[in-house]
Amino acid sequence: MALIGSRTTRRERTRARRASHAAPPTTTAQRPPVVELREGTVVYPGGHVALERVTLTVYRGEFAFVVGPTGCGKSTLIKTLIREVQPAGGHVLIAGRDINKIRARKVPLLRRRIGCVFQDFKLLPNRSVYDNVAYALQVTGGTRREIRRKVPEILRLVGLQAKIHNYPDQLSGGEQQRVSIARAFVNHPPLLLADEPTGNLDPETSIGIMQLLYRINRTGTTVLVATHDREMVDKMRRRVIAIEAGRVVRDQAVAGYRDETTTEFAMRVRAEMGVGNGGRPNGHGQEQA
Amino acid sequence: MRKLPFFIAEAFRALRRNAAPSIAAMVTILVTTLLLGVLIPVLKASAQTNSGVRSQLDLNVFLDSNATKAQIARTGKALRKLDHVKRVQYVSKAEAVQILRQRVGGGPLKGGFHQLKHSPLPANPLPPSFKVFPDSPDHLNLVRHEVAPPGSNGKPQPLTSAIQEVTSGRQEANKILSVTGAVKLVLAVLAVLLLIASVLLIANTIRLSIYARRREVEVMRLVGAKNWFIRWPFIIEGILVGVIGAGCAVALLWVGKVTIVDPLATDFALVNNFSTVGFVPLVAALVAASIGVSAFGSGVTLRRFLRI
Repeated sequence: MALIGSRTTRRERTRARRASHAAPPTTTAQRPPVVELREGTVVYPGGHVALERVTLTVYRGEFAFVVGPTGCGKSTLIKTLIREVQPAGGHVLIAGRDINKIRARKVPLLRRRIGCVFQDFKLLPNRSVYDNVAYALQVTGGTRREIRRKVPEILRLVGLQAKIHNYPDQLSGGEQQRVSIARAFVNHPPLLLADEPTGNLDPETSIGIMQLLYRINRTGTTVLVATHDREMVDKMRRRVIAIEAGRVVRDQAVAGYRDETTTEFAMRVRAEMGVGNGGRPNGHGQEQA
Repeated sequence: MRKLPFFIAEAFRALRRNAAPSIAAMVTILVTTLLLGVLIPVLKASAQTNSGVRSQLDLNVFLDSNATKAQIARTGKALRKLDHVKRVQYVSKAEAVQILRQRVGGGPLKGGFHQLKHSPLPANPLPPSFKVFPDSPDHLNLVRHEVAPPGSNGKPQPLTSAIQEVTSGRQEANKILSVTGAVKLVLAVLAVLLLIASVLLIANTIRLSIYARRREVEVMRLVGAKNWFIRWPFIIEGILVGVIGAGCAVALLWVGKVTIVDPLATDFALVNNFSTVGFVPLVAALVAASIGVSAFGSGVTLRRFLRI
């Protein structure tokens, strides 16, 4: 296992060196890995193999995409990282720790260190925007004063300060996803996982969400996004891990990586996708093509 | 425990936001508590008669109403000499009135027989008697034979001429015992069935209300809430449901006691005489049981949604 792990690392290093002219100032080689999957195999009850000997490493501060058609194992991969699904074989390491060796009682502690964003937002319907975000702090034992300070702050960051007392069903999809991101990020986790965060959203809103994730990434948080929105992924020009039928078929940094501010990023992506100028098909159309 | 206010606030929020299932659970608890609250005193009362009957295993040797003191003394001495007799107790005419008064209550007999107007009876028609206690209930018939051995013509020949009649509580006791035994069994079976049904019903109601919120629990888990952090509000909610349901039932029971049972008790000696379980311990037990069942039900039901 260790041998394979180190080989992966070496491959990563080679790739990083190859892309060094476009890479961010610090190369991945100098960063510790945050997510490590070694020969991870997931078999669902009934015998369906969702992931087959998947090996990949994501380093601290990276923004990486996991892409692939529906049912290829993207969501399973995300679930494996928060131990919602346990692999039948192989190892899953988060920050160097095998998460399948920690005790069940400690799993909540792991999940507090990982922010999670889902396609269906997974907000608590009985709670206002404020309370939804506050819950993530209450879970960790945050004091009332801390909650009162942090929640409005994070809601300002995602641009929802005006909707603080609304309930999820009074918000648009994009707004709900922003709440969900605020909740995932309010504890400032070192790792943020997003499972199809733009799956239910239109292209314009999707760009806003991606801009938000990019902004979070720029604070030093590692972000891993599973998506089938190929167009968006192409425009982001970040590392892409392609999965097909439970196997990694491609893992590369897209050429043309540039360190840019979030505003620059949003303007560029908008311009490239033609959103706002009207007339380009959205991500869903692309997926079926 | 620093989080207790938060948990209580969460429980109240859940009750408010899921009013329909909460009310269903409360009504279930109310109905079962009410039924148990009626059934338990009835069961207790029938048990009471039973034990009263059991202690009545003795012989009553009734003497002639006009027996002289010498005759009575002689009969008492003779009875004490018999085998298998543990104790002999003399019941005078006056004491007989007392006993009767105790059984049928005060009322017209309050001042004794001579107070009764237009009575066709002599001043006190009750005969003096001896209560003969055998050393064991099994020797009752043996002693009876000794007191009044059957003569050659088949009629009993009493020990002394003053003895008029010998009765034992046994025949009556056997009848009463078999009747109350049957009643008690039926009531006990009913109570047990009711208890099982109510526990299942409450468990099911709670299960449904939690099932409706399993997505919420799932989200809580994904955000990194520890199991007890999720569980406590549900348990407190269960306790609240139990308290409110049982509280309403107790209020209804109290109203029933004040408006129906208490007036009856002053009018009917029978109701008054049954010393049943006290209202306060009964209420305490019922409230504790309903809280326990609903809190435990919530906690256990939640377990399957908390598996990681």
